[in-house]
Amino acid sequence: MNSQPNRLVGKGRLTPAHKVRFTFDGKSMEGLAGDTLASALIANDIHLVGRSFKYHRPRGIVTAGPEEPNALVGITRDKARHVPNVRATVQELHDGLNATSQNRWPSLAFDVGEVNDLASPFLAAGFYYKTFMWPQAAWAKVYEPFIRHAAGLGTAPTEPDPDAYASRYGHCDVLVCGAGAAGLSAALVAAEAGLSVIICDENPKAGGALRHEADVMIEGIVGWDWAKATLSRLAGLSNVRVLTRTTAFGYQAQNMVSLVERVSEHLTDPSATPVRERLWQVRARHVVMATGAIERHMVFANNDRPGIMLASAARTYLNHYGVAVGRRVGVYTANDSAWAAAFDLKAAGIDIPAIVDARADVPEALVAKAARLDIRVLVGHAVTAAGGKLRVSSMCVARADGTGETEVIPVDAIIMSAGWTPSVHLFSQSRGKLRFETETQRFLPGQHAQDASCAGACNGAADTAGALSQGIAAAEAAIAALNAKGKASTTALTTTGGTSWNGSLIGAAPGAEAGKVVKAFVDYQNDVTAKDIRLAVQEGMHSIEHVKRFTTNGMATDQGKLSNMHGLAIAAEVLGKPIPEVGLTTFRQPYTPVTFGAIVGHARGALFDPTRRTPIHDAHVKAGAVFEDVGQWKRPWYYPRAGEDMHGAVNRECVTVRKTAGLFDASTLGKIEVVGPDAAAFLDLIYTNPFMKLGVGRLRYGIMCREDGFIYDDGVVGRLAEDRFHVTTTTGGAARVLNHMEDYLQTEFPHLDVWLTSVSEQWAVIAVQGPQAAAIVGAHVDGIDMSADAFPMMSVREGRICGVPTRLFRMSFAGEDGFEVNVPADHGRAVWDALMATAEPLGACAYGTEAMHVLRAEKGFIIVGQDTDGTVTPQDAGLAWAIGKNKTDFVGIRGLKRPDLMASGRRQLVGLMSADGSTVLEEGAQLVADPNQKVPMTMIGWVTSSYWSDNAGMPIAMALLENGFARTGEKLYASAAGGAGFVEVIVRDTQFLPTQKTGADHG
Amino acid sequence: MLLIRCPYCQSDLPELEFRHAGEAHIARPEHIADVDDATFAHFFFYRDNPKGLTYERWRHVHGCGRFFNAVRDTVSDKFVTTYKAGEPKPDLPAAANANEVAK
Repeated sequence: MNSQPNRLVGKGRLTPAHKVRFTFDGKSMEGLAGDTLASALIANDIHLVGRSFKYHRPRGIVTAGPEEPNALVGITRDKARHVPNVRATVQELHDGLNATSQNRWPSLAFDVGEVNDLASPFLAAGFYYKTFMWPQAAWAKVYEPFIRHAAGLGTAPTEPDPDAYASRYGHCDVLVCGAGAAGLSAALVAAEAGLSVIICDENPKAGGALRHEADVMIEGIVGWDWAKATLSRLAGLSNVRVLTRTTAFGYQAQNMVSLVERVSEHLTDPSATPVRERLWQVRARHVVMATGAIERHMVFANNDRPGIMLASAARTYLNHYGVAVGRRVGVYTANDSAWAAAFDLKAAGIDIPAIVDARADVPEALVAKAARLDIRVLVGHAVTAAGGKLRVSSMCVARADGTGETEVIPVDAIIMSAGWTPSVHLFSQSRGKLRFETETQRFLPGQHAQDASCAGACNGAADTAGALSQGIAAAEAAIAALNAKGKASTTALTTTGGTSWNGSLIGAAPGAEAGKVVKAFVDYQNDVTAKDIRLAVQEGMHSIEHVKRFTTNGMATDQGKLSNMHGLAIAAEVLGKPIPEVGLTTFRQPYTPVTFGAIVGHARGALFDPTRRTPIHDAHVKAGAVFEDVGQWKRPWYYPRAGEDMHGAVNRECVTVRKTAGLFDASTLGKIEVVGPDAAAFLDLIYTNPFMKLGVGRLRYGIMCREDGFIYDDGVVGRLAEDRFHVTTTTGGAARVLNHMEDYLQTEFPHLDVWLTSVSEQWAVIAVQGPQAAAIVGAHVDGIDMSADAFPMMSVREGRICGVPTRLFRMSFAGEDGFEVNVPADHGRAVWDALMATAEPLGACAYGTEAMHVLRAEKGFIIVGQDTDGTVTPQDAGLAWAIGKNKTDFVGIRGLKRPDLMASGRRQLVGLMSADGSTVLEEGAQLVADPNQKVPMTMIGWVTSSYWSDNAGMPIAMALLENGFARTGEKLYASAAGGAGFVEVIVRDTQFLPTQKTGADHG
Repeated sequence: MLLIRCPYCQSDLPELEFRHAGEAHIARPEHIADVDDATFAHFFFYRDNPKGLTYERWRHVHGCGRFFNAVRDTVSDKFVTTYKAGEPKPDLPAAANANEVAK
């Protein structure tokens, strides 16, 4: 085969010397720099590029732009860089581009899945709902895998995306979406008036429809050249940012528009740029939507054969790329603009056997020009079917009214136009209201919901001249609305040439009317035919939203850019309703597919979520700690020694703490400093406990409820001075507890003079627990009397440790003698190291969160969020003592008196022991009274915490159990791990260790 | 992303700096311990869910930290106004009519 047999000498705007090599399905080919994959394929006389979604019908290139429904290919750079479902019509050609067709096996020309086309009577609209009804079990194993295998697009790469994506915010006075005639004139006028402007266009170059309308002259020069000159003029202005290859894909509230800029997709070497794509979130004071219009196809039998395409696409391939879409091109239209395409092709030496126009009346001038060019014209006729399979070979033409003979005209391509659909996607996303213009059968922008305007073909402009003047008018409106100081020097632009974009046919063309059993495709990508839409209405889908979902019309990745209006018109006809009464389906973001990479940007891997490390973190790493994630924190879980597994390490740590001592990094605790004359009064309202009489230097364990009376958080509060408290919260509760306190302070108790300051990250906290704790801490303390008399449990002293200031809490979450050593965060590591140096010779060790959990459970101390779940009151948790009996107000006081909360039989926190003395229950295991009852069983509670305790010599567990306090000694059953029956358990209290005199009560 | 005007900072700032805090103008009963069940239920559980103008609280959590009130249209997401906590509930029939446009 000749290289690029369809490339015409002297046609188009590309440079013949700039050759580029690419491959399609493994075959090496040649194109030109500036080609799209589609134009290069057609230059090589390739129209067959894929197989359809459902019926596996051979499919070709239909369009020359982003609306392409058919020509979806995979583009592979390397193993990790494979992009499926790329529209060949927008993929710019570069050296080494490697494209493959999709949804075919074993080959594009011979595809086994094609049997679906023969089976199509069984695959009509809604076949999912009808065919695969039963048996239900077959869904997972038979039906779904079959459907997924048979119907599909490309495959995603399995390796991680190696590319980087950027994200930027943009701010401007005027954002112009679209750089065709309307957008360019709007941007120019706005910029000249001194407004800051961002103009974007999804194409690599400006010009829009001027790309194919080669006869248009603006200000005396060729339209395409005017566009190029205008864009470079704009790019040279300091108040303008030009973004090409950038799609405005989403219109949010308050004039925020999302753009995606494709930075490296067109380059041979993607590493030449730092990012592959860039997401722009632009906030504009005014938005000009100049988004153009999309030509529609004609709905006739076999209108999907490769070689059948839009007239404007054929004109683009000819006038821009210098490529003929065929050598003998039939024309089927209901619209003037297709005639212009026919004239251009004829002038380029392409045989046009006939122009078939379904309209009864056609402008005289067109007919006259066709006669001059010696083109046969068949007005009032229809193409009733296309012949050929892997490539169109003929068109059957008959009178539109169905009378007379059918003539078969041999062709190798058919170009078609049913008219232009204004691209109102962005306008509709902005929540603007559409209006239906009956004369031209179009939905056009009506009332705006945001500060925006529409200009050009998307706004109903009939031709280039109209687009230019609408662009200028939109800019002038923006100038007035924004009170711009400058004045535009451009007030009008002169034009000649071009065709009208009005004139329209929507719905099925003659020959594909109701009753005809033909495959006249409305939605190419989802294989929806005119017949399917009629069937859907007949089967009761009267809402257009139902028709859409039943038929899947417009639900493919192209979102019905070609098909929606046709589908709507056919449905309206069957329903016997006017189109605006049937209504449009919702236009959703994104306008065209956007990569997840662009949306995610930098927020992946280590940057997905911040990692919080305590000031002592590196010491834990050095000690070989295994870490667990607690929210954003990395916390040491356990410190395994040589030969130890997790259980071995945790058992050793737990025993060491009770026998000697252990050090624990508690820096993640939330810490809030509560200061002010009313600090005590405030805490008295926030906590259930009384705080007015807490002495200076004393600690108190406090419970915090919400107004509903359920436990919200807990922690130890220390009074440092009359007007100063050091409050601790749970690790996970730090932020919300501060928010909760601020809320009450600012809005319900604003009369209280109190200041709240988060000091979570200012203090490192080292818990030293166990019989040797006082010896370890005491060795480093200055100015604090460590004797139990002078410094009893549940007290706080300020002094110095290791030479740095400390707030030393004498308290324990392990139920031993113990301390929580608060030191300024910067000194945390040094103090930890010093304490460890003293502790280790005594036989003490560091312990992690797992041992901490076991130690506290041995003493029956709860963890909010593990043993409580937002439905547990202090009484339910056995903490009734923490509620101030004489208080007249605190948050939760009324909620606690609600009838349900005071009722008997509530779920209460109890201890459980396994009857066999060895089985560790599963956390979350359900409790039942009778394991032999019928399913579904009556469940009376569940296990909240469960561990093996070496100190107790048995498994220990806590559970929330209905009427639990009264069930002490009862035998119940807990569901066993993996659904393997039940474990017999006995209800008991939560004190699993023999009570000793430690003073480690909750105070 | 919405732009929200903080009435304390007197500045339009991105939604990311704020946190929604539920319906506005629900006062905690003064003697809450003494109110009956129905009063408590209405205070704590009952909330409006209007189509149109809603009065709601926001906190400028990543800014000045203050709680304030806002009038927002739940259909268009448009903020009609924001005002400081403690200020009276604005009467906005005009804004309610403007809502017709967004529907």
